[in-house]
Amino acid sequence: MTLFRDALRALRLTAALWLITVVLYTLPLLGIGQGLFPAQANGSLLRVDGRVVGSALIGQPFATARYFLSRPSAVDYSTGKQPSSAPSNLGPTNPDLVKRITAASKVLQGAGLKDPSPDLLYGSGSGLDPHISPLAAEQQIERISAQRQLTPQQLRQMVRRHTEGRTLGILGEARVNVLELNLELDRRSP
Amino acid sequence: MIDWIQVALLLALVLGSAPLLGRHLWQVYDNRSQPLLDGWLTPVETSLLRWVGDPGRPAEQAWDYLRPLLLSNILFGAVAFLLLLLQPAWLNPLGLPGVRWDTALHTAISFLTNTDQQHYTPEQTLSDFTQLGALQFLFFTSAATGLAVGFAFIRGLCGRPLGNFHWDLVRSITRVLLPLSLVFGLILLINGSPMTLGGPVTLRTLEGATQILGRGPVAAFEAIKQLGENGGGFYGANSAHPFENPNPFTNLLAMVAMFAIPAATIDAFGRFLGNRRQGTLLLLLVTGLFLGLAVVAIKAEQAGNPLLAPWLSGPNLEGKEVRFGAALSALFATITTGSMTGAVNAAMDSLMPLGGLVPLFNLFLQVVFGGQGTGVAYLLVFLILTVFLTGLMVGRTPELFGRKVEKAEVVYSSLILLIHPVFVLVPAAITIGFPALQGISNPGFHGVSQVVYEYASAAANNGSGFEGLGDGTVWWNLSAIVSLLGGRYLPIIALLFLAAGFSRKQPVPPSQGTLATDTGLFTVVTAVVILILGALTFFPVLALGPIAEAFSLPR
Repeated sequence: MTLFRDALRALRLTAALWLITVVLYTLPLLGIGQGLFPAQANGSLLRVDGRVVGSALIGQPFATARYFLSRPSAVDYSTGKQPSSAPSNLGPTNPDLVKRITAASKVLQGAGLKDPSPDLLYGSGSGLDPHISPLAAEQQIERISAQRQLTPQQLRQMVRRHTEGRTLGILGEARVNVLELNLELDRRSP
Repeated sequence: MIDWIQVALLLALVLGSAPLLGRHLWQVYDNRSQPLLDGWLTPVETSLLRWVGDPGRPAEQAWDYLRPLLLSNILFGAVAFLLLLLQPAWLNPLGLPGVRWDTALHTAISFLTNTDQQHYTPEQTLSDFTQLGALQFLFFTSAATGLAVGFAFIRGLCGRPLGNFHWDLVRSITRVLLPLSLVFGLILLINGSPMTLGGPVTLRTLEGATQILGRGPVAAFEAIKQLGENGGGFYGANSAHPFENPNPFTNLLAMVAMFAIPAATIDAFGRFLGNRRQGTLLLLLVTGLFLGLAVVAIKAEQAGNPLLAPWLSGPNLEGKEVRFGAALSALFATITTGSMTGAVNAAMDSLMPLGGLVPLFNLFLQVVFGGQGTGVAYLLVFLILTVFLTGLMVGRTPELFGRKVEKAEVVYSSLILLIHPVFVLVPAAITIGFPALQGISNPGFHGVSQVVYEYASAAANNGSGFEGLGDGTVWWNLSAIVSLLGGRYLPIIALLFLAAGFSRKQPVPPSQGTLATDTGLFTVVTAVVILILGALTFFPVLALGPIAEAFSLPR
C-alpha cells in the first residue's frame, strides 16, 4: 500500500517536472528567439537575392580553384541525404591518418600550395568548420588572383575584412570565415 | 603565452564565482531566507510539493531518502525510454522512426544517470520533440538528483538529518538549474545557437552541392547540457558544432558552466560545516590537480604529431576547430572530464597519447571538481580515507568534523572507491578478450584506450568517448548499461547510508589527539592519497593504452 502511495507521488512529481523543464523552460527562449533575435534563432542564414545560400556559422565544401578552399571534412560539410556533423576520429598513430594527410597534401600541392597551413590538412572537429586560419587564406591569394579579376592587394583587403581576431584580444584564435569571403568574391568578380 | 592567460582567466571566473554561487546553494539547501526569491517562488514550490503529496518531513533513515529517489528515477527513465522507443510524429519534420530497443534503453539510462553517452547520431535519429521531452527533461532531473544526493551527504557529514528528497529535487530545479539555464540559454541564443522548431534547412552551396542544416531548440538544450554537467550533444559533433558553441566567448562560458556548480558545491560544504577554510582548502586541492592535468594535456597537443612531420608542423589540429585551436581544445577536454560533463569541442579520439591520457585519468579519479553533487561527495570520501590512513600512521584516533571514523565509514568508503574499477576493468577485459565485440577503429595501443575509455566514461557517468569506437551494437549498449547503473546508483546508496550513520554518531569534542583536517599539510596528504589510489588501481591499463602509445611515437 505504501509502495502504491509512493509510486503515485513519483508519478505526479514526474508529470510536474516534465511540464516545468520541457514546456515552461523552453517556451520563453523560443519566444525571445523568434521575437527579438530571429536571425540567430533561425540559424544565421545568409541570403543572396532572397535565396538561402548558407549559414554564417556553418562551412561549405570548396574544392575548385576559383574559391578559397575550406578545411577537410569527415562528413562533406553535411551535403549528404541527412544532416550530419562529425570529426574523423582517427587516432594520432593510426596509419590511415598518415595516408589521408599524404593524399590531401598532394592535392593541395596541385593547387599551388607548396607548404600548406596545417589547418588545411587536418580535419575539423565538427566537419562543418566555417573558418580557416589567416595563413591559409594568405597562401591562396595568388591563385585566386589569377582566377578572378582581382589584384592580390584587393584580395588581401577582403581577407582582412572577413578575419576575426581573438575575442577581446585574448579568447580563441584568429580566423577567416570562408563562406562569407567566397560570397564576396562572387559579388565582386562573378 | 596567450594560451596560459586563457587558463588563468577561466580559473579566475570559476574561483571568483564559487563563493557567490556557493552562498546561494547554501541558502537553498539549508533553507535560509532568500528575500528576492521566497516571495513568489516559495508558494509555487509548496503547492507543487503538496500536489505531489509529500508529507514534508526530513528523512530519518537512509531509505527514507533513497526510496523516493529510486522510484522517481525509474519513472523519469521510463518516460524517456518510451519517447525514444515510440518517437511520436510531433515536431518530427524528418519523419524519424522509433529508436532501436537497445539504443533507446542505453540512451535513456545514459541520460538518466547524468552520463549522456550517445551511441547514435542525434540529428539523424531524434526529433525535436524527443530531444526536449526525453533528453532535456533528463538533463534537469538527473542533475537535480545529483545535487540532492550531494547535499544530503553534506548534511549527514555535518551531523544533521539527510533532508527531504522531493524538496531538494524541486528546489535544485527551481532555484539553481532553471534560472542559470535561462540566462545562459539567452546568451547562447544571442551568439548564434538556433532556437526554432522549424526543422532543417536544405540549400544549394556556392559550388552547387545540396547542404542540409539541422536546426532545433539548440540554445535551451545546450545551456542545461553544460550547467547540469550532462554533456549529451544536440548534434553528433557536440560542442565542436558551431550551432552548439558558436565562438570563443561561448566556449569560455561553456567551460565555466561545467565547473561553476561543482566548485560552488565545495564552497557551500564549507558553509554547512561552519568552517569555510575547510571548503576553500578542498577547492584549492582540486584546482591544483586540475592545473597539473591541464598543463600535461595542453603541452601534449601544442607539441603536435611527430608522425606527420614530413607534411606539416605545429600543434595537433586533427579533430579541432580553427576558432578554438589546440590549447582551448585540450583545456576543454580536461574540464569536461574533470567535471563529469562529457561535452567535447574537439575529437577526443584524435588527441595525442598524453592529451588523451589526461581525460582518462580524470575519469579514474572522479574528483577534479567532479560530478553534479557527487563530485564533492567523492572528495569527502577521500577525506575520510585520508583521516583513517594518517590516523593509522601517526597513531591517533581517526576523527572527522567532530565525529569518530569507524568501521562502517571505512567499509562504505572503500566500497565506493572499489565500485568504479570493477565496472570499468571487468567489462573492458571481457570486451578486449573477444575481438568480435570490440568495435575498435584505431589499431594498436590506441584501441585498448578506446575500449577502456568507453567503460570508464560510463562508470564515472561522464559521457565523452573515443568516438571512433563502433559502439552502436547490442553488446556495447547492454554492457555499457551495466557500468552506467553500477557507477551511479551503487555509490549513491552507499553514500547515503554512510552519511545517515555518520550523522547519528555522538559528537566528540576536539582533544590533543585530534588531527586537524583544515590545514595545508593535511590537504596535500589528501591530494597524494587521491593520486596514489587513482594511479595504483588503474596504472596497468594506462600503461597498456596511452603510455605505450606515447612511447611508440618517434622522438
